[in-house]
Amino acid sequence: MYLSVTPSPHRLGSSNTSRMMRHVILATLPAFATLIYFFGYGVLFQVAICSITALICEAVILKIRSKNIAINLKDNTALLTGVLLGLSIPPLAPWWVGIIGTAFAIIVAKQLYGGLGFNLFNPAMIGYVLLLISFPVAMTNWMVPLELSLHSFSFIDYLSAIFTGYTSSGLTVNELRHGIDGITMATPLDTLKTDLTLGLTSGESMSKSIFGDIAGIGWQWVNVAFAIGGLALIKLKVIRWHIPCAVIGSLLFFSLLGYLLDPDSHATPIFHLLSGATMFGAFFIATDPGTAVIRAA
Amino acid sequence: MNKYAELTWQGLWKNNPGLVQLLGLCPLLAVTSTLTNALGMGVATIAVMVGSNATVSLVRHWIPREIRIPIFVMIIAGFVTCVQLLFNAYAYGLYQSLGIFLPLIVTNCIIIGRAEAYASKNQLLPSIYDGFIMGVGFTLVLVVLGAIREILGQGTLFDGADLLLGPWASSLRIELIAIDQSFLFIMLPPGAFVAMGFIIALKNSLNTKVEAMIEKPVEVQKPQRVRVSKVS
Repeated sequence: MYLSVTPSPHRLGSSNTSRMMRHVILATLPAFATLIYFFGYGVLFQVAICSITALICEAVILKIRSKNIAINLKDNTALLTGVLLGLSIPPLAPWWVGIIGTAFAIIVAKQLYGGLGFNLFNPAMIGYVLLLISFPVAMTNWMVPLELSLHSFSFIDYLSAIFTGYTSSGLTVNELRHGIDGITMATPLDTLKTDLTLGLTSGESMSKSIFGDIAGIGWQWVNVAFAIGGLALIKLKVIRWHIPCAVIGSLLFFSLLGYLLDPDSHATPIFHLLSGATMFGAFFIATDPGTAVIRAA
Repeated sequence: MNKYAELTWQGLWKNNPGLVQLLGLCPLLAVTSTLTNALGMGVATIAVMVGSNATVSLVRHWIPREIRIPIFVMIIAGFVTCVQLLFNAYAYGLYQSLGIFLPLIVTNCIIIGRAEAYASKNQLLPSIYDGFIMGVGFTLVLVVLGAIREILGQGTLFDGADLLLGPWASSLRIELIAIDQSFLFIMLPPGAFVAMGFIIALKNSLNTKVEAMIEKPVEVQKPQRVRVSKVS
């Protein structure tokens, strides 16, 4: 009798990479829509630029490595890298920012390490770090929520701002960031940080218009939307609840600690939970199957 | 192939100190942010290698084997000091921009490696030539890396060439791509690591192709394996 011996795993579930990645991409849709609603169509173009670059780079490298392009592209991992990176960069960043970041993410951080499953780090985040180190100015040009913005602009204006740096009426990207009072506005997190160094208490700082009611106009709803998408992923068993719980739990613990000890120089825990990229990081980045713990010990 | 042709082939390609021996990575990664810096570093290294190889070759019969390394280091340190003083006198701008990496040539393994591996066993002229051609091989790698990093990083070539060659050279500066934001990652040492990795990969892939062209595939007769037991 011939007994075949194969390495583990021996029992395979019904899920596969392609389905998992498709679910993750679909789960970003609520936040995607929220970002467009509050910050305009810029993010649409960024995601498009990054996704197309990701697919092209992946195909080229697969060709060089003489692998089957169609089968490997269909696992959606390259597309997901593009989508995640497109969501992380500022909506009005110049077009080449997304291309450089995604190309580096796919070619160096993913394929040079051996491709899917062999990458040491989350490719989208490697791309993000590269961009943040290389182009600090372009990467911190965040948009003002549309309702606070001095200018109103059309769909075409976003396209032309990303590709030429100017809108059709000749405004620069920097001018687009002016608030109603004509001053360039920073993100809620940046505003708070600057105000604390200027001697304001966190309560005084957070009475400014950019903060809205809880954690910044727009930003709070973007975070809620990311959390909804993340909860859906947990329900679909694409990700496990442990990782987001650990991320959010530790953030909650330390922000609560700071807030209880010295409420004047720390923001409320709810602000920390709903500003910046907290929910995006907790549900979509920390849970990347290639680089996170995937099963309980 | 005669001796000198062999040395040239070894120094420039087959056994290139930068690409194959991977020696002297510290200056390679640290000072190649522009083409001018890379060229200055290369020239300094060539000068030190020629001098140290010549001296080591001349005194090789009087060096006790047990303490040869300290003696090599002393000789190299002497030449590095000379080169450093020359740079200080004639190319002060470059001297400042190379900074600590100029005196650190003393610790460059390529130089002590050639002194140990070649100059201490060979006659004067071949030793001088070996030092020169190994230095040129290293300089070529520095220059290629410096050029790549300067173009990608700030879109120019020969930026600051006047520091090395005098005021007339400032007209050498070429602006290839007009960029208003420099690509900082490439200008920092991690960028040098990544770019170096790509150059080495390119060299290896060229090598495979060249060797495949030179060497014709040899028909190897595979010995028949003897089956020990039957697998069923």
